[in-house]
Amino acid sequence: MELICPAGTPAAYREAVEAGADAVYCGFRDETNARNFPGLNFSREEMREAVAHGRARNVHTYVALNTFMRAGAEDLWYRAADDAVAAGAHALILADMALMDYVATIYPDQRLHVSVQASAANADAVNFMVESFGAKRLVLPRVLTVAEIAALARQVDCELEVFAFGGLCVMAEGRCSLSSYVTGQSPNMQGVCSPASHVRYREDDGDMVSELAGFTINRFGEGEAAGYPTLCKGRFHIAESAAYAFEDPVSLDVMDQLDALRAAGVTALKIEGRQRGKAYVAEVVSRLRHALSAPPEERQAHLAQLRRLSEGQRTTAGAYEKKWR
Amino acid sequence: MADPKSLKITMGPVPYLWDGEKWRDFYYRIAESGHVDAVTLGEVVCSKRDHFTRPFLDAVVQRLTDAGKSVALASLALVTQEREAKATRQLAASEALVEANDLSALRLLSGRPHLVGPFVNVYNGATARLLAKRGATRICLGPELPAASIAAIIAGAPEIEYEIFAFGRLPLAISARCAHARAKGHSKDNCQFVCGEEPDGLDVDTLDGQPFLTVNGVQTMSRHCQVLLADLPELAGMGVTHLRLSPQVCDMVAVAQIYAETRDGLLEPGEAVERLQGVYAGAPYANGFLHGRAGMEWIAA
Repeated sequence: MELICPAGTPAAYREAVEAGADAVYCGFRDETNARNFPGLNFSREEMREAVAHGRARNVHTYVALNTFMRAGAEDLWYRAADDAVAAGAHALILADMALMDYVATIYPDQRLHVSVQASAANADAVNFMVESFGAKRLVLPRVLTVAEIAALARQVDCELEVFAFGGLCVMAEGRCSLSSYVTGQSPNMQGVCSPASHVRYREDDGDMVSELAGFTINRFGEGEAAGYPTLCKGRFHIAESAAYAFEDPVSLDVMDQLDALRAAGVTALKIEGRQRGKAYVAEVVSRLRHALSAPPEERQAHLAQLRRLSEGQRTTAGAYEKKWR
Repeated sequence: MADPKSLKITMGPVPYLWDGEKWRDFYYRIAESGHVDAVTLGEVVCSKRDHFTRPFLDAVVQRLTDAGKSVALASLALVTQEREAKATRQLAASEALVEANDLSALRLLSGRPHLVGPFVNVYNGATARLLAKRGATRICLGPELPAASIAAIIAGAPEIEYEIFAFGRLPLAISARCAHARAKGHSKDNCQFVCGEEPDGLDVDTLDGQPFLTVNGVQTMSRHCQVLLADLPELAGMGVTHLRLSPQVCDMVAVAQIYAETRDGLLEPGEAVERLQGVYAGAPYANGFLHGRAGMEWIAA
């Protein structure tokens, strides 16, 4: 299986290449990509250099243009696609159907990957993307079990990529407006979720309170590490209890399903984390690379090292295991 | 500028799990409302609920059709399991007018007239044009779009009709996991249909008691009720053709009447909101998305 690694900066890109990535995904420094965070992403010049750096080392570059084109400002996305093609990107990762149509029409030879944000989670949906836009690969939403992925793979003529490690969306990707309901900014439109600009921490009666746009997302007692207030991973009052109503503050780890995913027909494993530092990216890539090629009896040692990187957080196999639902 | 009086009123699908007979009786009442022009119905949120309303579906469709309503059947929003894919294929192959809420339904309905629901991402005119070319005759736009986007989308593909969410809790997210079952100590696979215990949705408050979200099975909805009563002339001017009223536990016939009278200029928006509060007081009102703000905000007219 291919190992697809994140890069939020040119430095992280080079580290990922060095550490053994088969492909690196990254985006331009604007709202055309779903990790539109301050201080992250690539200028046009940096993208050209990164693609060339990768090409010289036989590493592919996938450019993520995976937000939805704002009505009236479509040119921003069309120009980003033009520039990614001109930079020599091996694939464009797209979510918006009209942008897919543009790329498929203007650049019929350009490899097109369907972003997780497009929310194609079944065979008819995947085939719709293949037939309509010539998609070569589809990144699956984190809503399917391994068995469902295997069943889907048998019915589609398209490579499948899945998230394997890092952040975890609880909601079906590309179909979540929770962030804009609370802050006015969403993954689909602005490329952000629970933006840092709306985050505040305050002390209250010995507790550390994390807030998003003035709403309490969590309270941490003494000795509890205060996490980032991603709004679907907060603690709330629901049905007469105070609980993580949607998901605990966990991250995704499907290392125990590697063989099952391979057997299911998955082409590529994706590491989440374009917002992470270069040292993190290098370490995850390197550990996962070794784990993938190690004989089964040695794999666990590599994975144990990898799991240290979840920063003491608990991890989950998420929707890949049926019981998560 | 289009006359607001030309705006039609659509009753959207019941998003919650209601008892089958209550669901049937609700639509029988809607059939008698002179203010409802179109009805889109069917289970959109969770395929496990389907059997509650299925036995009454044909009779309801017949009653609504006989009453002169334009009726469409909505497809499921999140299709992951084989039986869900099969149900979507069966729906698409039927004679009914279908509202596509997933890319799978778009594929299956391609080439014949159909509607597109709010769970398909349409953020620009180019996408609307693409869908129109494939047979879409009306698109119900997703709730997070600001007025500027709605206007630009319609201007980009003016040949079809457009519907916007004018009343009700907004669908904000959908998950493979059921937060509703989980909150009551069950898994999705053994949920015992506990979402039926909250026919108007399950409240989610912050730990400091702020009203925050609503859980409805695998769907997360706004806590606030969208109310666009003050914006009808502006929406009609952009080319919006239909107002979607999404059922809450209240007198939806009265809600339709308030929207119709406001549309027809018989009620001032301020007065209309006051009257609406007498009909549905189950949630605070919001209209922030339309104004380019956080969706839960209320921008006074």
